[in-house]
Amino acid sequence: MSHYESPIRKPLVTGDKSYHDVTLDVVRPVEGKANKSWWVVFSIALIAFLWGLGCIVYTVSEGIGTWGLNKTIGWAWDITNFVWWVGIGHAGTLISAVLLLFRQKWRMAINRSAEAMTIFSVIQAGLFPIIHMGRPWLAYWVLPIPNQFGSLWVNFNSPLLWDVFAISTYLSVSLVFWWTGLLPDFAMIRDRAVKPFQKRIYGILSFGWSGRAKDWQRFEEVSLVLAGLATPLVLSVHTIVSFDFATSVIPGWHTTIFPPYFVAGAVFSGFAMVNTLLIIMRKVSNLENYITIQHIELMNIVIMITGSIVGVAYITELFMAWYSGVEYEQYAFLNRATGPYWWAYMLMMTCNVVSPQFMWFPKLRRSIMFSFFISIVVNIGMWFERFVIIVTSLHRDYMPSAWTMFSPTFVEIGIFVGTIGFFFVLFLLYARTFPVIAQAEVKSILKTSGEKYKKIRAEKGDDANLYDEPDQEPLPNFTEQFNSKSNL
Amino acid sequence: MASKFLHAIFTDDDILLKAVKALREKKYSINEVFCPFPVHGLDKAMGLPGTRLAITSFLYGLVGLAVSTWMMNFIMIEDWPQNIGGKPSFSYLQNMPAFVPIMFEMTVFFAAHLMVITFYLRSKLWPFKKAENPDVRTTDDKFLMEVSVNENNVQAIAEVLHENGASEIKLIDNK
Repeated sequence: MSHYESPIRKPLVTGDKSYHDVTLDVVRPVEGKANKSWWVVFSIALIAFLWGLGCIVYTVSEGIGTWGLNKTIGWAWDITNFVWWVGIGHAGTLISAVLLLFRQKWRMAINRSAEAMTIFSVIQAGLFPIIHMGRPWLAYWVLPIPNQFGSLWVNFNSPLLWDVFAISTYLSVSLVFWWTGLLPDFAMIRDRAVKPFQKRIYGILSFGWSGRAKDWQRFEEVSLVLAGLATPLVLSVHTIVSFDFATSVIPGWHTTIFPPYFVAGAVFSGFAMVNTLLIIMRKVSNLENYITIQHIELMNIVIMITGSIVGVAYITELFMAWYSGVEYEQYAFLNRATGPYWWAYMLMMTCNVVSPQFMWFPKLRRSIMFSFFISIVVNIGMWFERFVIIVTSLHRDYMPSAWTMFSPTFVEIGIFVGTIGFFFVLFLLYARTFPVIAQAEVKSILKTSGEKYKKIRAEKGDDANLYDEPDQEPLPNFTEQFNSKSNL
Repeated sequence: MASKFLHAIFTDDDILLKAVKALREKKYSINEVFCPFPVHGLDKAMGLPGTRLAITSFLYGLVGLAVSTWMMNFIMIEDWPQNIGGKPSFSYLQNMPAFVPIMFEMTVFFAAHLMVITFYLRSKLWPFKKAENPDVRTTDDKFLMEVSVNENNVQAIAEVLHENGASEIKLIDNK
């Protein structure tokens, strides 16, 4: 059996890890007890979530008037937060699906958490349109239900309805993709569990996974096909989110560049959030041997590339506004860059276009502290990108007497903070109860990409045996056993 | 006659593959192999036929496409045509470009979910299903091979397994 991989490739699992070591390292956070810092962070997140919940209840009971919206700016923080969270959700599927199709083995260590992040952030995103409906108990009106029910059919020409279908397909397919991958890992925890309660819970979660050869064959096929389906799906989701804007006739929104520009921005912000979460997680859960500097460096390169694509999109927009000769379009962009919201535009340009360029320097992109810092900067920058696109395009409309500024109320800020809290509540619970690394998949690449086996190959040649000779029990007389047992 | 199995435990995937090939060479058939992770080439070595799940996914995708087309044609064209933005809904074909996003989404939705449901049913995976791996170590780092035996070949098979590095071999009654 050849497990050859070019020695030039850096190991993806460092430390002398055997299969059993992988098991132990992955279950440690699940079987161990939470430490004090986990409880501190969890409490803060929970308080933020409850505060946000209070603000949501206030909004729903009082009405959208509690927000800072006005007749010129009918869309602001709410839709900004929606697009921001959906965008963050994109990295998970990109890592699990696109990198699978490209056979990138480094995805194995990070796909589980990235997919968890996807699901948790799409949940946050989904909250915003539902709150914005004003009467969330009528949210089922977005479903295609017959008009005898009290209203007309839904309008399939509307990008907002496309969004309903895109996001619910995306959320449900991501969830199924994630859970299918989790089955063998839940089974591993189940089979190690000592207490009956834990054994029962993980038994239910693992769907009775037994790991037959046929199951694995199907598992791999299903993963591959899901990756093939999820790849165009993830591109379609942010494309359709961008249609919410691009199919309108508002200067600054009405551009054909929006779909690729939004998708690149989504991948950009998503990878930044993955970096933020994983840099903390590898430290807290002692996973430095699995989520290595090499992983962080590769994610930084993705951030650099997508950040540059976003930069090109910003400049293309400016150029096209000028080149179009349309005065409204020209003014929208002039106002965006030099108007009263120039500071938001500057923040967006600095955080999203300038800051990723530091990643050209190997020293910087291999620095954990610097990567963490840039990941936060990018998250802030991408929030401002959506704010700039949405608010600056609206706040000076066709009639100068209607021109105005937007300032959020404590309610909107509270809801946004609340979703961040909710996201971290979910993620922290996940980090303590789920196998945070796809251990079965990591085991399957251990011999090609693990440091231990790379060393063996370097010392003993590429065809060296990559296993220890097993201790064998002496062979009993089975013919005798066979007969004696059947005589019982 | 009650059938019996040999359960052989292997400590490594390379040893397992070697043993699988050795047994198959001697024309013994392997009932089942339980692994903690996908061992590449194991299905071929065992002589398992390929899975057709990808084909089902394609067919389910076609169903999704058909359902979305039928649904939007019924809702937007037949049941309650509306004049939206000066673009009246009198024919599906003329309105089709606006329906492409949802035709795509529903194709993916059907292809993904129905394929996964098919996988779960075929592999008998659902909540409250009892796991069937005979040894708990097979989800950690051990590989278990199950071979059905009779009185005459039990020793010969055990010897092949032993020679090819099985670390434990047990005779099990098939319940």
